[in-house]
Amino acid sequence: MRRQVISRIGLRHFRSHRKVDLEFDGRPMAIFGPNGAGKTNLIEAISLLSPGRGLRRATSDDFVRRPEALGWKITASLGSGHDIETWAEPGAGRQVRIDGKAQPQVALGRIVRLLWLVPTMDRLWIEGADGRRRFLDRAALSLDPGHAEAVLSYDRAMRERNRLLKDMVRDSHWYTALEMQMAASGHLITEGRRAAISALMSAQAVASDVFPASRLSLSHAEGDLPDGEDALRTALADGRARDLAAGRTLIGPHRCDLEAVWEAKDMAARDCSTGEQKALLISLILANVRALGEGSPRILLLDEVAAHLDAGRRAALYDEIRALGVQAFMTGTGPELFDDLGASGQFLEVTDENGESVVRYAD
Amino acid sequence: MTDGPSEDIEALIDLMARLPGLGPRSARRAVLHLIQKRGKLMLPLAQAMQAVGSTARECLNCGNIGTSDICGICDNPKRASGQICVVEDVADLWAMERANVFSGRYHVLGGTLSALDAIGPEDLRIPKLLDRVITEEITEVILALSATIDGQTTAHYIADQLPGVSVTSLAQGVPVGGELDYLDDGTITAALKARRSL
Ligand SMILES: Nc1ncnc2c1ncn2[C@@H]1O[C@H](COP(=O)(O)OP(=O)(O)OP(=O)(O)O)[C@@H](O)[C@H]1O
Ligand SMILES: [Mg+2]
Ligand SMILES: [Zn+2]
Repeated sequence: MRRQVISRIGLRHFRSHRKVDLEFDGRPMAIFGPNGAGKTNLIEAISLLSPGRGLRRATSDDFVRRPEALGWKITASLGSGHDIETWAEPGAGRQVRIDGKAQPQVALGRIVRLLWLVPTMDRLWIEGADGRRRFLDRAALSLDPGHAEAVLSYDRAMRERNRLLKDMVRDSHWYTALEMQMAASGHLITEGRRAAISALMSAQAVASDVFPASRLSLSHAEGDLPDGEDALRTALADGRARDLAAGRTLIGPHRCDLEAVWEAKDMAARDCSTGEQKALLISLILANVRALGEGSPRILLLDEVAAHLDAGRRAALYDEIRALGVQAFMTGTGPELFDDLGASGQFLEVTDENGESVVRYAD
Repeated sequence: MTDGPSEDIEALIDLMARLPGLGPRSARRAVLHLIQKRGKLMLPLAQAMQAVGSTARECLNCGNIGTSDICGICDNPKRASGQICVVEDVADLWAMERANVFSGRYHVLGGTLSALDAIGPEDLRIPKLLDRVITEEITEVILALSATIDGQTTAHYIADQLPGVSVTSLAQGVPVGGELDYLDDGTITAALKARRSL
């Protein structure tokens, strides 16, 4: 059982790629080649078929191929029949067109559900809470595309409020107006995150032995996050004096954290070994794919995931991907990392030729 | 040296090309057209521009643009219906007037609140609006502001300061605020009819 979510992709002047056109048949994709060849750049392009800044969280200008600096463009055809174009002119923001019609970025979340793991996430459990919040919000967004709007609205209203706090503005009506919107979108964010946590937990119940189950919960920097929209609004209003002194907003969903505990060992994720932390992460991303269900247009990007796994775990991962029927794109330096895929995978070799990435089918 | 238009005509084309919707080529065509219709169009246009240029000003009461200190709408006792429609810019006001659906008065804010862009209540004629609600015995304030965070912040900000007055907002899903101008009359009428209290 395989799902062909993306059937074709084209890259123009995107990072190290000048002109690449590829067709996919829905089999798990193994992308191999030496360091610096352009493998991550290729799956980064795919990651831009979802709202936001892609798997490296880069700006539109970073994508522009040097030295030409002409702007960049990605086109894709989906199995569902939709056509996506996303591009940017030099110095301008990213634009999106779906089926020939200009659309806001958030519209992408409704036609493709994209998830990814990249090597920088290996430190997810031991670094700051913002990475874990982003991870959770991506899960929530994949389950409910509307989550993106709530996050954007909350963020904008909070930055406005923080500006007032920094400028020591004392106009209470202005704070009230912003806090109303923060409470409304903040409440939606928390609901979305809670729903994502329970969806991930129940989807892990059937996780394989190799990828362990974890217990997830949402915590807040200071005490409990006020429950519900009204409580959040009241708490924000009550907190103004303290926030004025701090120069920023001290409570709210932007101060929440995702806690994970390795169920079988009862061990906090941050205290697990490096390999165990990675296994936990893979386990959660697989749970997320499972939670989305077979009917949804799921794409999974795994950058250098094979390198950290022993042969047994690698084979288990490929089995799982095949069983889930998710369209996966994986990178690694050599084809041997994907031996266990065999004919059930599609192989791409990426090399650098005179400062330009070249991509070849290598079946 | 090529034999193009004279220096004066070139200067006129350059000025025309600065108008919204006109580029160098269309400005050239427009100037040529004007010159060919000198008596019927160009000179009357020049006179009208002269007249409006020396008299145009913002209405001291509502911010509408007219040729007197108080605009025709504010000056008309028949428009004292107890309703004020709050818009972001003059183009919105004119769009509402074109649709001919609203019989009250207007208040032009000139933008939306944005702390990050350093636009505060004083920059937006909000204090004047609060005054007018009292002096003109307003019973309903209709907010026709954009659905962006800044537009909605401005709406809540105004509503929060008018506890004794009915504050409504145009039907959601209708793009308003600097965009009313692009709506047809029927859509504006429907949005006004379906307004809801804030
Ligand atoms: N905007 C750009 N224009 C041109 N080249 C770029 C741009 N951004 C990055 N590159 C180059 O692209 C090359 C390939 O990067 P990429 O991260 O895709 O490599 P990779 O194949 O994933 O390698 P590794 O195995 O080391 O992860 C790098 O040499 C980098 O310098
Ligand atoms: Mg890489
Ligand atoms: Zn007036």
